[in-house]
Amino acid sequence: MANQIGGVGLLTIFVLAVFVGFEVVSKVSAILHTPLMSGANAIHGVVLVGAILITGTASGPVQIILGLIAVVLGTVNMVGGFVVTDRMLRMFSAKRSEDRR
Amino acid sequence: MSNGVLFGDLIAAVCFILALKGLSAPRTARYGNWAGAAGAALAVIISLSTGHLQHVGLILLAVVIGAVIGVPAATRVKMTAMPQLVAIFNGVGGGAAAVVALVEFLTVAHNSSLISAGDQVATVFTILVGSVSFSGSMITFAKLQELMTTRPVVLPAGRWISSGVFAAAIVLGIVGVPVRSTGLLVVLMLVSLGLGVLFVLPVGGADVPIVISLLNAFTGLTVAASGYVLGNTLLIVAGTLVGASGTILTRLMAAAMGRPITGILFGAFRAQVGGPAAAAENRPVRSGTPEDIAILLGYARKVIIVPGYGLAVAQGQHTIRELADLLAARGVKVAYGIHPVAGRMPGHMNVLLAEANVPYEALLEMDEANSELSSADVALVVGANDVVNPAAKTTPGAPIYGMPIINVDQAAAVVFCKRSLRPGFAGIENELLYDPKTTLLFGDAKESLGKVVAAVKSL
Repeated sequence: MANQIGGVGLLTIFVLAVFVGFEVVSKVSAILHTPLMSGANAIHGVVLVGAILITGTASGPVQIILGLIAVVLGTVNMVGGFVVTDRMLRMFSAKRSEDRR
Repeated sequence: MSNGVLFGDLIAAVCFILALKGLSAPRTARYGNWAGAAGAALAVIISLSTGHLQHVGLILLAVVIGAVIGVPAATRVKMTAMPQLVAIFNGVGGGAAAVVALVEFLTVAHNSSLISAGDQVATVFTILVGSVSFSGSMITFAKLQELMTTRPVVLPAGRWISSGVFAAAIVLGIVGVPVRSTGLLVVLMLVSLGLGVLFVLPVGGADVPIVISLLNAFTGLTVAASGYVLGNTLLIVAGTLVGASGTILTRLMAAAMGRPITGILFGAFRAQVGGPAAAAENRPVRSGTPEDIAILLGYARKVIIVPGYGLAVAQGQHTIRELADLLAARGVKVAYGIHPVAGRMPGHMNVLLAEANVPYEALLEMDEANSELSSADVALVVGANDVVNPAAKTTPGAPIYGMPIINVDQAAAVVFCKRSLRPGFAGIENELLYDPKTTLLFGDAKESLGKVVAAVKSL
């Protein structure tokens, strides 16, 4: 629960992250909007970390099964997300090396 | 949580920020993505090495299963099926976050007096929005994969049903803060899943880019809220970054459609077909042979190509690139005009053309394209309709009225490569098709462009 850093501490991190997020994303080139979406998708796959932590501390079959489902979903999201984003970006960088020739 | 773990999370958070920062230029984008992946891997390894975890074997097995599903899906899917895949990855992330919040509640529920109000608000939020994101993304997937109709599905009294379910979800959410009951949260989850379905059903194909971006923002915020529930700073930072990216994209898409977000979500494109469209039937159009088009293009000085979803469906991106290369070799200046909402996700046309190795210097954003079009000899519209329809400027009653368009009517001549005279997704007749300076090339984009390529070669 929120007691290690404290609710207000977590809220502070959230608010600062909002500003960083808007600052960084507003500089993303329009050409790369699809990789942005897919890359952002991969990043929220980090919910896998949460899924691992709750499953590891869960007791009772229901919690464990639900936790494991969340781990599977989170992994699909994270691993698939990064792989597919890399595939897209490879096309963008391949084009660059061709231009140089 | 030890300082070591917190420090590792900090490094991972920085990696995620670098991943987004890398996307400011195509040159750095790939390194950024690697940094993000490294950060994610680090975070997972740290979480697994937290001393007191149980069931590590089962968890690892679940990770392996997830990877076995995710990697082949990501490597094998065709580039044209990218919007579906993005939708499905988005959905499973939202679903995972909702389940995480529910399990965390189950684990501490026997001690429910210890849960602070803030934690409970975050729990309820995660379950509600995460479930909406999950079911909404699955319906979006089904629409894009054409497992169901891509047209808006309007249930009888659909508005009332949606409003009722929406109100029920809100009430359950509010009640769920003081009343800490597992049953109530499960009901909330089910109602929210239904809400996600009802929310996406009435959305038509042309509005999908905005829905995908919005669901992306939802999942991000859900993950951030689940981070609050767990007291995990990394989840908060990562989720918030995604929330910001989704919000910005949603705003850009809405601006590109020239209407407020609410208008799109509440059925802006529920087109009233008929009226002016009915009157426009059976009017003469001028259709050309591939040879006619080849002559028109081959002797032009400047050609602007405007691609749309039809190009993606026909997988004609390589053919159009071949055509552009041939024209460039003849000394014709060729550029592409990209409308922000062309296709089925933000930036869809850019990825499609990148796959065909079109140099990104040739991709013009809408404003640039419009300033080039007035001096262009030919505008070649391939598989696009609504984004070039002058009704957006001239017909106040049209559903797309007010949407910024690519002004292909400014070019000296217009060529439409279309499968039929059927209006686009918005169901509005395009006056430009009947304009004397317009030539139509009927047929599948890839096939008919292939014929034009052959004809240009023999010029």
